[in-house]
Amino acid sequence: MLENLDALLLARIQFAFTVSFHFFFPAFSIGLASYLAVLEGLWLKTGKSVYLDLFKYWLKIFAIAFAMGVVSGIVMSYQFGTNWSVFSDKAGPVIGPLMAYEVLTAFFLEAGFLGVMLFGMNKVGKKLHFAATLMVALGTFVSAFWILSVNSWMQTPTGYFIGENGQFMPGDSWWDIVFNPSFPYRLVHTVMAAYLTTAFVVGAVGAWHLLKDRANPHARKMFSMAMWMAAIVTPLQIFAGDMHGLNTLEHQPAKVMAMEGHYQSYPEGAPLILFGIPDSEAKTVRYAIEIPKASSLILKHDLNAPMAGLDTIPDDEEPPVGTVFWSFRVMVGIGFAMLGVGLWSLWGRVRGRLYEMPWLHRAAVLMGPSGFAAVLAGWITTEVGRQPYVIYGVLRTADAASPLDAPAVAASLLAFVLVYFTVFGIGVWYILKLMGKAPHAGEYGVKRGDVGPIRTAGITPGPTQNPGGEETLPSAKPEKEPV
Amino acid sequence: MDLTVIWAFIIAFAVFAYVVMDGFDLGIGILFPTFSAGRERDRAMNSIAPVWDGNETWLVLGGGGLFAAFPLAYAVILPATYPLIIAMLLGLVFRGVAFEYRWRDPAHQRFWDIAFTGGSFVAAFAQGMTLGALLQGIEVVDRAYAGSWWDWLTPYTLLTGLGTVAGYALLGSTWLIWKLDGAEQDHARKLAIWAGGATIVLMGAVSLYNIALNEEYASHWLTAPQIYWVAPVPIVTAVVSLSLLHGILNARNSKPFWLAIALFFLGMSGLGVTIWPYVVPPGLTIWDAAAPERSQIFMLVGVAVTMPLIIAYTVWAYWVFRGKVADEGYH
Repeated sequence: MLENLDALLLARIQFAFTVSFHFFFPAFSIGLASYLAVLEGLWLKTGKSVYLDLFKYWLKIFAIAFAMGVVSGIVMSYQFGTNWSVFSDKAGPVIGPLMAYEVLTAFFLEAGFLGVMLFGMNKVGKKLHFAATLMVALGTFVSAFWILSVNSWMQTPTGYFIGENGQFMPGDSWWDIVFNPSFPYRLVHTVMAAYLTTAFVVGAVGAWHLLKDRANPHARKMFSMAMWMAAIVTPLQIFAGDMHGLNTLEHQPAKVMAMEGHYQSYPEGAPLILFGIPDSEAKTVRYAIEIPKASSLILKHDLNAPMAGLDTIPDDEEPPVGTVFWSFRVMVGIGFAMLGVGLWSLWGRVRGRLYEMPWLHRAAVLMGPSGFAAVLAGWITTEVGRQPYVIYGVLRTADAASPLDAPAVAASLLAFVLVYFTVFGIGVWYILKLMGKAPHAGEYGVKRGDVGPIRTAGITPGPTQNPGGEETLPSAKPEKEPV
Repeated sequence: MDLTVIWAFIIAFAVFAYVVMDGFDLGIGILFPTFSAGRERDRAMNSIAPVWDGNETWLVLGGGGLFAAFPLAYAVILPATYPLIIAMLLGLVFRGVAFEYRWRDPAHQRFWDIAFTGGSFVAAFAQGMTLGALLQGIEVVDRAYAGSWWDWLTPYTLLTGLGTVAGYALLGSTWLIWKLDGAEQDHARKLAIWAGGATIVLMGAVSLYNIALNEEYASHWLTAPQIYWVAPVPIVTAVVSLSLLHGILNARNSKPFWLAIALFFLGMSGLGVTIWPYVVPPGLTIWDAAAPERSQIFMLVGVAVTMPLIIAYTVWAYWVFRGKVADEGYH
């Protein structure tokens, strides 16, 4: 089997592998940073210790997730050059500056304030600490802004011309490059996806502990907050996704044809294929279950609107239909399952039984990783759907790779697979262990042995007198360091 | 001034900032096995835990900045040093997660300490070898790397790799002189003497090798009238080296660390003299590889606005965690 893998395919697998792994962490930490900011803000506003306890509970998890996101992210920033050098040379003048802005306005902000956020509560006081948390949260968002602008420009390139040396050159306006046509939609859709991913993780942890002890006030609080997010943001996200799809139809119609499984054109209204098995050789979807004309209704808001199919696209410009068709359905299916949980929780809330519905809690636990699956499926849809191009319609993926030989890329891919599964697998396990501990009053923060920058003298009052007490102080009920 | 020259200095500044700031993090990682498990390791780790992430970000600015300002150089250097870059990235993965994992899993703390050291060493060595591979020249044809797989592996690159490991160890040990006290400070002092001696010797060796490496490099240093401009670099380096060794033996605070940084600054200046005006010797000058003016201006605006802020809050973050580690807990 290996002899069929050429250097290009290996480089694509390596990029797909490393970027998929990487994105799990920001998908979680974008939302979690904001959640931490909300918790700390509510603590400062209300003075209720439950918010501080939850802040410290999730801060420990954030520290691990963020570290994994950082180290896997640095890999991405170099992989453009190591494996896609032709792309880097050609596109550098346009997307390089956007990525430089990401470093300058986001990465430094996150990293600069992270130390204070994790260890500095006792050193800088509550308000400055809250400011640091806000800066970290802002940094995660700004990072998403720039990198999604880059990705969107590669999907819908505008505002450039090709220079004499073959490079993409910026045109008169950077605005046209940054705010390219698919960017606003992708930004909204992706950031909401990150919020939902976090909300379902938080909801699952809350639900897990409610199943063990439905009176746990911390579990109740986090479950309730997460279910508000599920109920409110999921419908907005479905709407945003629909808008994003319409934008894609306008700018990358072949991608939508693949998502819909439309091998043929439909002059009098296209069916919505719910399920089926795409067969790209026969150019048909086998065993299709379809709703007549519904696709035209959704995409064109007209039952009889004609829809072009992949028969209008030259074969060598078609994306792989099967992958796009399925990943799209996985994403949409999870989206509606999220909506179901959100509505279920609303119903429970109306009846005043939100914390006494074990089946809802079990469903929420089951849905804990759903955001990650949906995010991954969504990215597969959009990235595979723009093939065979890396810069849509202009530069083919096959023409963008580095002049590396297959064994070199095979070796690095193998190393990435081994290291990532081991290192990040262990990290996820540590996170799950932290999540398995019930949140409680007097929660510790990020604690570092018996010495360290967070250590303060043990003279401050205990948490019973001071709900805003510090992480290492001796509490009424001494506990071991959470591990 | 020419925008391309400005950008060359900005990238050089980012690389210098990275080398110095992550240099002491990596150096502590390299020296970690010599610290006794328990309090000494915990204090060493805690002295950098709040700042390592920000320090590492300069690497992303160096790489991302190169991509943006000199895309052709980025597209040539990284494939040419492919195995080194991959090794560095994987080393940084282990190093980075060890900061968190060692506290999360006391049963396997020793394992993560080894990962911390291994990752730091591999990253430092690979970075030094990458520098060597760049200085010894990269073959470019038609805007692409045209050499073979193993061009980066030569006695010279092994030397630059070792020099970087020693230099980072020097930065790490002088940082610990600053941040620790008592027996642990004395230990750091001993390490710093060795690391300092090794760094000075290896810097000298690399400098001489550079002059022997090709005639153009030699001419930058040895022809008049340029020799009068560049001669102060080795002279000042000698003076700084001596005061560094003196400072390591005697100082109780940050002085050796600042002198180590000065040594690095002189080393980087020397490299600048050697390589100028090439970004990828022997064929690509900074002007050959530069992004178009419109890209340079757009980014320069960003740098002008954000860099003062970045430096300000970075200094603040260091200030928050100033002083000897764990002082407050033990008074």
